[in-house]
Amino acid sequence: MAEYIVKNGFVVDPTLGVNCEKMDIAIKDGKIVETTELKSPKTIDASGMIVMAGAVDVHSHSAGPKVNVGRNFRPEDKLNYYKAKSGVKRMEAGFSVPTALSSGYIFARMGYGFVMEAAMPPLYARHTHEEMRDTPIVDEAALPVFGNNWFVMEYLKNHEIENVASYIAWLLRVTKGYGVKCVNPGGTEAWGWGMNCVTPDDPVPYFDVTPKEIIKGLIEANEYLRLPHSMHLHSNSLGEPGNYQITIDSLKCAEGFKANSDFGRDQVLHHTHLQFHSYGGESYGSKEFESKSKEVMDYVNGTDNITFDIGQVTLDETTTMTADGPFEYHLSHMNNLKWVNKDVELETAAGVVPFIYNPNSFIGVAQWAIGQELALLTKDMTKCHITTDAPNAGPVHRYPRVIKWLMSLKARNQILDDCKYGDSVRSQCYIGEIDRELSFYEIAQMTRVGTSKCLGLSHMFGSLKPGMEGDVSVYAYNPETDDDPEKIEHAFGNAKYFIKSGELIINDGEIISNGHKRTFWVKPGMELTAQVNRDVTERFKKYYTVTQNNYEVKEHHYVPNPYVIEVNAA
Amino acid sequence: MKKVELTIKQQPELYLETENITPDAFAGKSADEIAALNVYEGNVTHKLGDFFSIAGTPGATAADTQIVVNGNLERVKWIGSRMTAGEVVVESSMDMYAGAFMAGGKLLIKGNAGHFTGLGMTGGELRITGNAGNYLGAAYRGDWRGMQGGVLRVNGNAGSDVGSFMRGGEIIIGGDADVHVGTHQEGGKIVVKGNAKSKVGGQMVKGEIIVFGTIDVMMPGFAHRDNVDLEVDGTKATFKRYEGDLGERHPKSKGAVVYGQLYIKQ
Repeated sequence: MAEYIVKNGFVVDPTLGVNCEKMDIAIKDGKIVETTELKSPKTIDASGMIVMAGAVDVHSHSAGPKVNVGRNFRPEDKLNYYKAKSGVKRMEAGFSVPTALSSGYIFARMGYGFVMEAAMPPLYARHTHEEMRDTPIVDEAALPVFGNNWFVMEYLKNHEIENVASYIAWLLRVTKGYGVKCVNPGGTEAWGWGMNCVTPDDPVPYFDVTPKEIIKGLIEANEYLRLPHSMHLHSNSLGEPGNYQITIDSLKCAEGFKANSDFGRDQVLHHTHLQFHSYGGESYGSKEFESKSKEVMDYVNGTDNITFDIGQVTLDETTTMTADGPFEYHLSHMNNLKWVNKDVELETAAGVVPFIYNPNSFIGVAQWAIGQELALLTKDMTKCHITTDAPNAGPVHRYPRVIKWLMSLKARNQILDDCKYGDSVRSQCYIGEIDRELSFYEIAQMTRVGTSKCLGLSHMFGSLKPGMEGDVSVYAYNPETDDDPEKIEHAFGNAKYFIKSGELIINDGEIISNGHKRTFWVKPGMELTAQVNRDVTERFKKYYTVTQNNYEVKEHHYVPNPYVIEVNAA
Repeated sequence: MKKVELTIKQQPELYLETENITPDAFAGKSADEIAALNVYEGNVTHKLGDFFSIAGTPGATAADTQIVVNGNLERVKWIGSRMTAGEVVVESSMDMYAGAFMAGGKLLIKGNAGHFTGLGMTGGELRITGNAGNYLGAAYRGDWRGMQGGVLRVNGNAGSDVGSFMRGGEIIIGGDADVHVGTHQEGGKIVVKGNAKSKVGGQMVKGEIIVFGTIDVMMPGFAHRDNVDLEVDGTKATFKRYEGDLGERHPKSKGAVVYGQLYIKQ
């Protein structure tokens, strides 16, 4: 394998405590090494450029059945956004729901080396893995959803944590999943009865457990299994005005739990797209709706076992897709656009609706402001991660724009000044009081250090210290001489060089290799309990539309290049 | 106004996609630069000059440019698409997507136009002297934004799905329309001077459809309200006024529910 030396760049690596210092980075045999270990390296001249470890994404939807439904039912999403094949790169298409190939190229251009597909319906794990397999360059993993699963809810009703853990262990092995995702706990199952769980205390019909019991039970099982990642939560009442107290009540479920894992994380709960969960007021009107980001962050900043990602609204036309079935129904009746609703047997459900976040509307810009506030009010930046809940709050290729806003008060004021409701947003939200501008060091904490630690991958990603994976991103921005927010956005969206696992993927801004992407999955050590074994066999015979044999994700076909993380049971 | 004359000199083996035949693409260019613009045949990119001979020079701006296209253009698509100003005259029948997404200027087709003509157009004038195909002034597949502005006039008949998802502007059909007129219509006006078949105004939310002739099968979701005298495109007559589609959602304006309006000449 070729050796590389990235010379003279401004290196930003919070793990090493390095902040825009001129250093050389050496890569050999797919790993970062000391510069003295190189024999005849190829030189990459990074003078006047920012050098960071490859970025790690903690939550986006880029592969799987609901992403594909989005692609299928939105041909208009591709109408004006496509690029012809060129060189090694195949054709790209799609704005908010890009093709699998496009997704890989988009992440590479932004300097991302690892991406977490945030919601995998277990029954459609095969489809999800097929799409991840076809997404070039970036390493990926997927989180199966558990928050509305019949097995989980029945065991929790009887307080059988060991059986919950055993079932999770079995499902991760069978679906080649990475961790425990929980979407609208109980509410999506209630949707099957035409209902919802609006607060964490609303019992789920038939199962008679509450969202709180589901959240706590999944945290407990997750720590029992000592998984690399924590429980990953999308709490109840997403997007509803006045939901912030529901969010705080859900976050409080983590109280009393401590991380039990060998993978270096501190959190027991990751709350995703917190922006959608930090609303006050009683309607979306400009006199009613208000930000409660400060109240939510006052709680989060005071904890040491919670992380979150922001879910930044980017003010674009996009496609919403979630396992929160009742929410998508609600959304489709707000904007009267097309709607897909899907029930996934014993496991979950999903909905898909196109959505336009209008930069000239009060509510669009207020949602945008709340996302910014959450990040700007965070004390420990490694706990706060940049996402757009792609494509729900905005397309994934907007990450660089989110970075620009966080780093530039001028760019943020532009959004508020251009909107005719800018003053209403300033008075109903906290954005007008905040003049903080994040540094490259803090952006690296949010997109490298924090995310890799949160996923239990800080031994591989997020830093440039010797021994780490050879993932290096070089951005054409000079922190000493450049002072233009637009240039920040352009630089972070068009990596000048990108090395993935020691292989040069982007050379002088051009994609020159499709890489050797890996799919990560977690193999828990816990065996099946007799009861779970019996229940799974029986349920497949009785209820599932597929047999147990046709359910498993067979590695050789669906996961041709796996990276398996084995976890020892307690 | 300066004039550029194109004449097709070689027929494509497949169909030719010529979204660059617009005043906007031509303005300010020399004949050589125009000849070097891309056209597409299947997945192969060619030059405009490979298929057309070019005479005359365009104006400095689109508004000051007229394009006349001669020869048999029945295998040519997308002429005048996305144009914002100026004039295009097509001296032939042509294939699909003429004037798609056009925003301004004038496009005249002397002959028949294929499917998806005036797709999602937002402004300007589009005239067809012959017949139009299906999905005239409709929305692109999957989109909810059909014709939003401008005027689309057909002297002959139109195919099915006229004005699907139409949001604004005006479509006037001199002859008959096939099934599905104004499906999901949410604004704008469709005039059919001849007869319509069935499914007129299905799932219509807002806007107007005016039929001078007969409708073979009425949608059950339309209710007769009253009879009104109207002047439509220069003709004064009494029309039966229906409201619908009653099975669809309808917005409120000043406390009153707004329905789609369907008029049939008495």
